[in-house]
Amino acid sequence: MDKMPAWADAVLVPVISVLLAAAISALVILAIGENPVTAFQLMVDGALMKSSGWGYTLYYATNFTFTGLAVAVAFQAKMFNIGGEGQALIGGLGVALACLYVPWPHWSIALIGATASSAIFGAAWALIPGYLQAKRGSHIVITTIMFNFIASAVLNYVLVNVLKPQGSMEPASGRFPEETFLPTFQQMFSTSETVLFRGSPANVSFFVAVLACILVWLLIWRTRLGYEIRAFGNSETAAKYAGISPVKITVITMLISGGLAGMMALNTTMGEAERLVLNAAEGAGFLGIAVALMGRSHPVGVFLAALLFGFLYQGGAELAFWTSIPRELVTVIQALVILFTGALDNMIRMPLEKIFLSFRKGDV
Amino acid sequence: MDFNTVIQVLDSTIRLSTPLLLACLAGLFSERSGIVDIGLEGKMLIAAFFSAAVAFMTGSVWLGLLAGVVSSMALSAIHGLASITFRGNQIISGVALNFLASGLTVLIAQTWFSQGGRTPSLVGGARFSELTLPFADSLRPVPVLGPIYADLISGHSILVYVAFLLVPLTWWVMFRTRFGLRLRAVGEAPEAVDTAGVSVVGLRFASIAIAGVLCGLAGAYLATGLQAGFVREMTAGRGYIALAALIFAKWRPWYALGACLLFGFLQAVALRFQNIDLGAFVVPVQVMDALPYILTVVILAGFVGKAIPPRAGGEPYVKER
Amino acid sequence: MTDTPAIELKGISKAFGPVQANKDIAIRVMPGTIHGIIGENGAGKSTLMSILYGYYKADKGDIFINGKKTAIPDSQAAISAGIGMVFQHFKLVQNFSVLENVILGVEDGALLQTSLAKARGVLKHLAEEYELQVDPDALIEDLSVGHQQRVEILKALYREAEILILDEPTGVLTPAEADHLFRILEGLKREGKTIILITHKLREIMEITDTVSVMRRGEMTATVKTSETSPEQLAELMVGRKVLLRVDKTPAKHGKPVLEVENLRHVDEAGVERLKGISFTVRAGEILGLAGVSGNGQTHLLHVLGGYADATGTVRVNGQDIDLTGNYSDGKSRRARGIAHVPEDRHHEALILPFAAWENLIFGYHNDAAYQSGPLMNNAAIKEEAAQKMMRFDVRPPNANLAARNFSGGNQQKLVLAREIERNPEILLVGQPTRGVDIGAIEFIHQQIVALRDKGKAILLVSVELDEILSLSDRIAVMFDGEIMGERLPSETNQTELGLLMAGVTEMPDKDKPLIEVVNEQLEAKKRREEAAKKNG
Repeated sequence: MDKMPAWADAVLVPVISVLLAAAISALVILAIGENPVTAFQLMVDGALMKSSGWGYTLYYATNFTFTGLAVAVAFQAKMFNIGGEGQALIGGLGVALACLYVPWPHWSIALIGATASSAIFGAAWALIPGYLQAKRGSHIVITTIMFNFIASAVLNYVLVNVLKPQGSMEPASGRFPEETFLPTFQQMFSTSETVLFRGSPANVSFFVAVLACILVWLLIWRTRLGYEIRAFGNSETAAKYAGISPVKITVITMLISGGLAGMMALNTTMGEAERLVLNAAEGAGFLGIAVALMGRSHPVGVFLAALLFGFLYQGGAELAFWTSIPRELVTVIQALVILFTGALDNMIRMPLEKIFLSFRKGDV
Repeated sequence: MDFNTVIQVLDSTIRLSTPLLLACLAGLFSERSGIVDIGLEGKMLIAAFFSAAVAFMTGSVWLGLLAGVVSSMALSAIHGLASITFRGNQIISGVALNFLASGLTVLIAQTWFSQGGRTPSLVGGARFSELTLPFADSLRPVPVLGPIYADLISGHSILVYVAFLLVPLTWWVMFRTRFGLRLRAVGEAPEAVDTAGVSVVGLRFASIAIAGVLCGLAGAYLATGLQAGFVREMTAGRGYIALAALIFAKWRPWYALGACLLFGFLQAVALRFQNIDLGAFVVPVQVMDALPYILTVVILAGFVGKAIPPRAGGEPYVKER
Repeated sequence: MTDTPAIELKGISKAFGPVQANKDIAIRVMPGTIHGIIGENGAGKSTLMSILYGYYKADKGDIFINGKKTAIPDSQAAISAGIGMVFQHFKLVQNFSVLENVILGVEDGALLQTSLAKARGVLKHLAEEYELQVDPDALIEDLSVGHQQRVEILKALYREAEILILDEPTGVLTPAEADHLFRILEGLKREGKTIILITHKLREIMEITDTVSVMRRGEMTATVKTSETSPEQLAELMVGRKVLLRVDKTPAKHGKPVLEVENLRHVDEAGVERLKGISFTVRAGEILGLAGVSGNGQTHLLHVLGGYADATGTVRVNGQDIDLTGNYSDGKSRRARGIAHVPEDRHHEALILPFAAWENLIFGYHNDAAYQSGPLMNNAAIKEEAAQKMMRFDVRPPNANLAARNFSGGNQQKLVLAREIERNPEILLVGQPTRGVDIGAIEFIHQQIVALRDKGKAILLVSVELDEILSLSDRIAVMFDGEIMGERLPSETNQTELGLLMAGVTEMPDKDKPLIEVVNEQLEAKKRREEAAKKNG
């Protein structure tokens, strides 16, 4: 028998992990000499109490949903794709090329084209690590990290030597044509009387992220490919016995993962900046790891975790603005969440199991 | 390319190899005992910060070094708690520690110094000075050998010499002592160590403590030897490159020296020459920057020989039932 | 001899989570005797001995060594108390030398040199005294299983163990090697050492022990003098009821050849040739039993036939060649050709343990059109079919939503058999069908295999249990070192002859010579032949 019910493992462990991370973060804030309670209030006020705050929170959540899904899909095949950052950068290149060099008649069609382009570019960037893992056994964790560094070198080269408009000093592409501008939440939801989401970057790609969650759920739990990915992830030897090709599954999973990471650039590059800049991924590639771990590699969990981190990101920016607490506090929280949900999970699970075991004995 | 340039590049190779070598040997101790350590990067980074910060505040580079080593060992302790005590995922633990170091260093730097996440520049006794070996100046005029001795071998900070001496020492500990025998055994077959009446947990904690010390030295050298102060993300992937060097070296100390010198050389070349004009075409600076990472991928792909890692690496020790 | 037992355990209990592995166990072992502990898989024998060796900690109970109450919190304490243990899965460092393995944990001083020199001398002495010859500088990974076992015994003797525990020591040995081991144990007994032998083989208990304890479901059911008991009585004590040792089956009505294997060769990833030109045929309506000590190529043969290892040679199914290397050499293609496979390793191959039973019941057949609806899988249909299969194969509990890991070994095996047999395959490959399965399920599993045979299907049965081979097979082939040493009919052979074939001996020896010498001579001759062939070829 399992030691504790599945729901406890899926819900209690991440929730307790987050509470622990929050407690430690509060201590960090205290150590800096600020008040954690006021800090938390500031974060809530700035991120959730006004529609423009929500606009930022959802903007960040869109990024994290894509990169979280990317890591989650790879986790299903027991692969750790740390390369989301690089795949997102290269995905941004895909978005930029699609927007700059194709004459789109309307934003909706441009969105479809740029989605495809970003996914293909991101997938291509994940292809080599995936292939090397499948065929040569190179550790995917280290190769994807290396590909993050290589991606930023590539982007640097392309921006400086190819895409930079003449006379510009900044390593960034020129502005995308207006036909590719995505509708923001402000444009979509404001009425003539009330302006909602004023000045915030949330845009229509949020709905692409929601759609991606649904599609990933269907893929993993309702299709043959998903069945094979999960089977392979649980036992490579069993997959071979069943006639599932490890090479095929490894490569396909990495392509899907890289594609999802690449699509993140829709939000930052096409939705917000409307041009390609050097750091288009904004660290979201890495944050995807925390999001996937906390979300238990399940699309619903990923979406909720992405919302939480969206809130933390926006709240963190507010904190940095109003107090002496730097934005890097969010990196610390992110690290703690990864640590507690991904590595110290047994520290939380073991006592919980004991409690459940004693309940069960009480029943008998 | 003249002789002087060669000497300068090689001199720079030695400096740049030093942190790689220290981190690589740290990884060697850790991974030989069966604990995969992606967190070399974070340990170096946090040590770099604390060594620079304490050196700046006390004016003593030695106190800085101590602080760096202690902070690095603290991360090692967390890694041990996660991967040994609670049998968690070693890779995820390492990744988490890297982010923790990345966030904490800037956070604390900003709080303490308010200089955008860096420490103030270190001067005087807060930095490691360069040692001049005996007769360096008087031998300099000797052709070829003179500059090699005076400019290449002499004139580095003490940590450089420590790093290079650690190579034979590591070899000796690993292959000639009881501790080394047990440490290698616990990375290959922890159940053999356990049933022989030796504590698996104790051995693994000891080895990651050593890894913590070595990463501490590496980080301190970065911030107080190679450069004069801490800047955010100053490790720049060195921890990962050290890991690649470790794989390239097949987890052996002498090979590790060779691998780290190679990576150090690549960094030195990239630093010295920007766009390299090869006549037919120009190698852009970005390619040189990316070269160590590309080379790492090539090495990992096993195009230079298959490496067999310690058998129990990455797996928490659970008694079989 | 005194009245003080060398070992006395009182009230030992141990639980793993909700599973009670040992319940209030008491046992007394007199010094200078060989004491057997017998019981089924999962009866708790290994757990009990691991507690005595400090590998596990008991929840309750006391241990007395030579009459003195002794706490054994870890293996260090057990070693100090003079206890040595040879585990079923050896605890050796594969890439260390024999010497390094022997001194590990009992080095003299911080430097290795003196320890190694001392151990070399002691090993030489022990080798002469107990026939435990082994090259001290050889790496473990280069040694045969039998020699690795010797290293384990040497480790214990080097630590001056007076009490030696051996857990299923003959499972990996040929009968001749087992005889040699028993001679070593007799020698140790003469020196006054106390030996505890854990086994599930009645024959070994009768052959060598002085007293025997029987365990069942975590409890000690009896301790008797070996001379005063019988195999039948022990079997009954083990199982708790009378046991049917023979399988009820009618003679085979075999038809045309269905599976034909010719000159099959396979080289593994390390470059070792595991199958050295194997040929055999399985006909419709018969069970071909493949006997052999584990590690002689049976596993690789199943992998090749199952489609997940490449090979050269010819394999025909109903007269048609199948692909052994190319794109159609995978599990999917094999299943399409009517080959079903119950693999040896249930946990790592046959099942995905965290998957629910219904998901496992389509594993390998998940691409079947019947399980699809459009681009998605038809989970409702799959679950319904799963429930029916579980009912027909009496899987308990009959809950298709339960994860596979939550079923007992026997019920897991029933899940696998239900999946493979219900496809009505032409050929069934089945490896170690009853490993780790309780006796009740064994009978059921054997019946299902015979029933499939009676439907005119071809069955290749691989098992290391000679009893199982003898009682199920219509024909027996014996494998040794990647070759088939011969075929026999069950009615015309016996355990001794099969045992010799399993050791690679094809000529019957002269009666007076000890078996091990015959085997060694023939192996030497074989080695010489192979080396000569290598030189020529």
